[in-house]
Amino acid sequence: MRYAMAIDTKKCVGCSDCVVACQTENNVPIGYCRDWVTETVAGSYPNVEIELRTERCNHCDNSPCVRCCPTGASHIVEGGVVLVTPEECIGCGACIQSCPYDARYSHPKGYVDKCTFCNHRVVKGELPACVAVCPTKCMYFGDLDNPNSDVSNALKNRKYKTLAPEAGTNPHIFYLI
Amino acid sequence: MREELFISGRDIPNIDPFLHIWHWQIPIYLFLGGLAAGILFFASLFTIIGKEKEMPATVKWGPFFVPGALVLGLFMLFLDLKHQMYFWRLYTTIRMDSPMSWGAWVLMFITPLSFVWVASYIKELIPEWNWKYKWIEESLEWFRNSRTPIAWIMMALAVVLGIYTGILLSTFNARPLWNNAILGPLFMVSGMSTGIATVMWISKSHSERKILGQIDILLIVVELFFITHMLMGMRAGSEVMIQAADLFLGGQFTVSFWVFVIILGLLFPAILEVLELRGYKIPIAIPAVLILIGGLVFRFVMVEAGQITRYLY
Amino acid sequence: MKTRRDFIKISALGTAGATLAGSMLSFGRGSSALDDFTKKSEPAGTLKRYPTYCEVCFWKCAGWAYADENNKVVKIIGNQEDPHCNGRLCPRGTGGVGMVNDSDRLTQPLIRTTVNGEQTFREATWDEAFDLIASKMKEVSEKYGPEAFALFNHGSAGHHLGHLFKAYGSTNITAPSYAQCRGPREVGFAATFGSGVGSPEPTDIRDTKCLVLIGSHLGENMHNSQVQEMSDAIDKGVSIITVDPRFSTVASKSKFWLPIKPSTDLALLLAWIHVIINEKLYDEDYVEKYTYGLDLLKTHVEKMTPEWAYGITTIKPDVIRKTAREMADASPSVIIHPGRHVTWYGDDSQRARAMAILNALLGSWGRRGGFYFKESMKVPHFPHPEYPKPKWSWRDTLNGKYPLAGLAISNGLIDATIPSPDNKHQIKAWMVAGTNLPLTMPQKEQLNKAFDALEFVAVVDTMPMEITGYADVVLPECTYLERYDDLRTSPNREPFIALRMPATEPYADTKPAWWMAKQLGEKLGLGEYFAYDNYTEVLDWQLQQVGSSLEEMQKIGIKKYKRTSGPLYLGKDEDYTFNTNTGKIELYSTEFQANGFDPMPVFTQHPEPPSGYYRLIYGRAPMHTFSRTANNPNLHDLKKENSIWINPKVASLWGLNKDQYIWIKNQDGVVSKFPIKVRITERIRWDSIYMVHGFGHSDRKLSRAYGRGASDSDMITNVMVDPIMGGTGMRGNFVTFLTEEPKEEVNS
Repeated sequence: MRYAMAIDTKKCVGCSDCVVACQTENNVPIGYCRDWVTETVAGSYPNVEIELRTERCNHCDNSPCVRCCPTGASHIVEGGVVLVTPEECIGCGACIQSCPYDARYSHPKGYVDKCTFCNHRVVKGELPACVAVCPTKCMYFGDLDNPNSDVSNALKNRKYKTLAPEAGTNPHIFYLI
Repeated sequence: MREELFISGRDIPNIDPFLHIWHWQIPIYLFLGGLAAGILFFASLFTIIGKEKEMPATVKWGPFFVPGALVLGLFMLFLDLKHQMYFWRLYTTIRMDSPMSWGAWVLMFITPLSFVWVASYIKELIPEWNWKYKWIEESLEWFRNSRTPIAWIMMALAVVLGIYTGILLSTFNARPLWNNAILGPLFMVSGMSTGIATVMWISKSHSERKILGQIDILLIVVELFFITHMLMGMRAGSEVMIQAADLFLGGQFTVSFWVFVIILGLLFPAILEVLELRGYKIPIAIPAVLILIGGLVFRFVMVEAGQITRYLY
Repeated sequence: MKTRRDFIKISALGTAGATLAGSMLSFGRGSSALDDFTKKSEPAGTLKRYPTYCEVCFWKCAGWAYADENNKVVKIIGNQEDPHCNGRLCPRGTGGVGMVNDSDRLTQPLIRTTVNGEQTFREATWDEAFDLIASKMKEVSEKYGPEAFALFNHGSAGHHLGHLFKAYGSTNITAPSYAQCRGPREVGFAATFGSGVGSPEPTDIRDTKCLVLIGSHLGENMHNSQVQEMSDAIDKGVSIITVDPRFSTVASKSKFWLPIKPSTDLALLLAWIHVIINEKLYDEDYVEKYTYGLDLLKTHVEKMTPEWAYGITTIKPDVIRKTAREMADASPSVIIHPGRHVTWYGDDSQRARAMAILNALLGSWGRRGGFYFKESMKVPHFPHPEYPKPKWSWRDTLNGKYPLAGLAISNGLIDATIPSPDNKHQIKAWMVAGTNLPLTMPQKEQLNKAFDALEFVAVVDTMPMEITGYADVVLPECTYLERYDDLRTSPNREPFIALRMPATEPYADTKPAWWMAKQLGEKLGLGEYFAYDNYTEVLDWQLQQVGSSLEEMQKIGIKKYKRTSGPLYLGKDEDYTFNTNTGKIELYSTEFQANGFDPMPVFTQHPEPPSGYYRLIYGRAPMHTFSRTANNPNLHDLKKENSIWINPKVASLWGLNKDQYIWIKNQDGVVSKFPIKVRITERIRWDSIYMVHGFGHSDRKLSRAYGRGASDSDMITNVMVDPIMGGTGMRGNFVTFLTEEPKEEVNS
């Protein structure tokens, strides 16, 4: 079982619903965010192109953040989801340094926080809050090992990419381009 | 014209616009840790080859700085933690993939060891010193008798202490400035150099200072070689590595790096030591202090610049 | 010159209300380390859910508000059955928790008073406030007649207060959403098809094959079901044609983006009509059967060739032909979207007519993938005595102007407030509920003159918005999450009703508008119009009339009914009479002709920016609703300020850098109060600049929004009024840049 997410950049409108839904679902303090939206503009008027992406922790296979954690607070659970156990985290910040995607942040309570793929919802069979709320339904989540899951279907017929593949972390968020 | 921007208002403290999660506490610890490692390495080295008499400051008096340095360093690390109540979690497990875990455990062993080493020599410094309890006296006696095997252990621990911080930084492949294999040896050599500088400073024996001076010049040459190697390697690497190297080659850290670390911290002291060996009278404090300051500034610059370098945006 | 009515800048109130609720409102901020021992990072605890429909914007998506054990609303999720949202709220709806959990909210009724010669507010009881308002209402009624009291509203509060006003004797009830926003398209489409567009628009986007957007920026304009359906359409391979001087988000998803020169859209539309008629690309059967005036139209557009349009719009002739053919290929599953905010240049009703005509030619009205026939549920009104007949109303104040205006024109009522020899009728007092006039209305000078002339202003709002600074009495309304309201009966493919019920107790001393209306009504002796103690009685009665009950709706939130007005689309060869003079779709508008306006749209040139000035284009951001959400903590987090989009060529001309702050000055010398951040981007033309509407708040009590970004409405001093229905065209304003803080403050 390997959870992954596919995001269709052609449908994303950059509304940031995923950001505020995550905030209300996971009690993320104001001023912090577990996911965010970026816009890339290329070209010259009137030959312009933009790409809109919602980004978050990529729940990498080869996660440097799990490797460098001195207490094991940063760990991987069933499905390849990378989680942080707050009571084991000492707040040393090594994992924040090690993430090429700047996905982690230091929660005001002291521990390190980041996207959890809404593991507490996924284990109940629900979708992560961001995927469930997206008005353009451009986000797909599911088990990559299941050829019929939403995410596997999304990846079948489209070109896709991951972010900073040269960092070598084997991320599991795929952007359909 | 290319643009890349956050449109969801992301502005996380200490992460945006540039990562700045480690502040002054870390470079100070790195400096103290390297210093301690250097002093203990040479203390144990010269003990092992049986040169305690010729190198008293190296073997006996230099290590007196180490317990204080290590305790202060540990305190710096503790201050840097953001979830301090849970610091004890470090000692509930050892994680072979995490250099920080090695470091936590090494410090756990080397700190009391350094205390004991110092304790074993304290009577030579302060003859009136009285250990109140007999068992302390007996244990120290045993310690003195087993000094050579203990020196081997201490040397191994000192090497780990000196090199692990560099390895720790180099495993962060998300920080292009740090992500090169030479950082470990570089920090080790730099630590050894600062250790020697300290011992040289307090040494009263001319012959000892001469030997230490020769070793130091060698260490500085090796350090310069490593730094050159590192910068050249980065300039020949990927785009993000080139940008990282450019921080020192025209970017915002150029002045502090070249002036304080290279020229004042390495080249100038090396020249002074060569002159000293040639017979010129140079007050030993000058090269020693310059090396120490250079070592400290080097770590500050590396920690700050490293956090600025990144893969994305 | 010191105005009679000061804008009250600093509140004399203590922050007692805020601190009382401060602990209640701390939203997940770091607490003591000891909390770590007890709480885990994942959300826990049982949440109770209550049905509601959103009021952050006017799409009114139905949803479930979740409250925790402390009765604090922690999240809001869409109702799966609701066609407005299909279970997915937009960012503003999701961020609705911030509206209720905002520490800057109004807490107490306020009454204007003078302390040491300075005008300020004092806290008052509800009784005091109502007594004052009722006495003023009686006074106005006796001196000038109840018609002289006008109500400006936007949102649910307006339904309750509107009922009060009608009972009181005034039908001078207006919402800026008509003449400052959607009005022209209602008139243009009604003149063509006999029916306005309404909200939500009956656009069958999910089944369309070609979506044509004239300036509409779906995706930045976050009209939930439309964005969702557009996404579905993209999956099905829709081709989108976007006509916009700016590379909007939807332009990036379009097959064709026409970077049109601003103010020339009508020429393009006429050229398209020319191509479609001359190349016989129109739906011949449909046009033959259902429309009137094809030959007249053909003659009218004879000279309006793509080459002619090219000279005006800078869109190449072959592109015009290609896109016309693209639309025609998709016919009848094609939508020329009516747009939403269409008050641009004063000829907007005619532009809407051109869009309606195009739709008619392509046979999309009443066809799948085009426009469906919407239906809303008719819920009977709670019984009340007949309203008195007012002696005059807003139409009488227009002196014959704007004959086709269907709803009251806000700017018209503002003009009628300013004393003038032309005024046959004078408005003497206002109540403003749920609309922030100083940031909404253009021509700030007119608004200020009106405030000076008014004898009394009462404001109903949830937040200390700028409008409260002009009030004599401020009534703090509770948010939509804290009250019952009318049933939602918006038109859709099928008739639905949705319930709003409170998810938590009203904050501090805030109250719902239905209660305010009832209290005021009783004080005015109009108690029989409010023959209930609690609004739940009204809702239960209404629901019983339609085969449901309050209890049922509280469980399900939304209920679907069967259509009774006939099928969604025109049947094959169905005979259908349109609600126009001719009974057909009027390509040639007899109504316009009868009122002395061009029966078919004619292109007129609009003024262009002088040298050194750039056209001010404004729009929406998907995470904000105009100025009302700028202070919402969750939404403020997503976008704290607007930025001014400047083309790189222009930026280098002026030596501007990214993220620099500049002031803007318009053609009438008005300077922005606050500086705005520069965004240098290729997405905007070199003759225009773009900024998102709703920032530049100047009320200090809005702790997060104050001073952030600049207000575009301050810059809109030149207004081109549509002679047909009074809409205020606002895109004829030009700005220049000031890189240094201007020394003299020019008050707008």
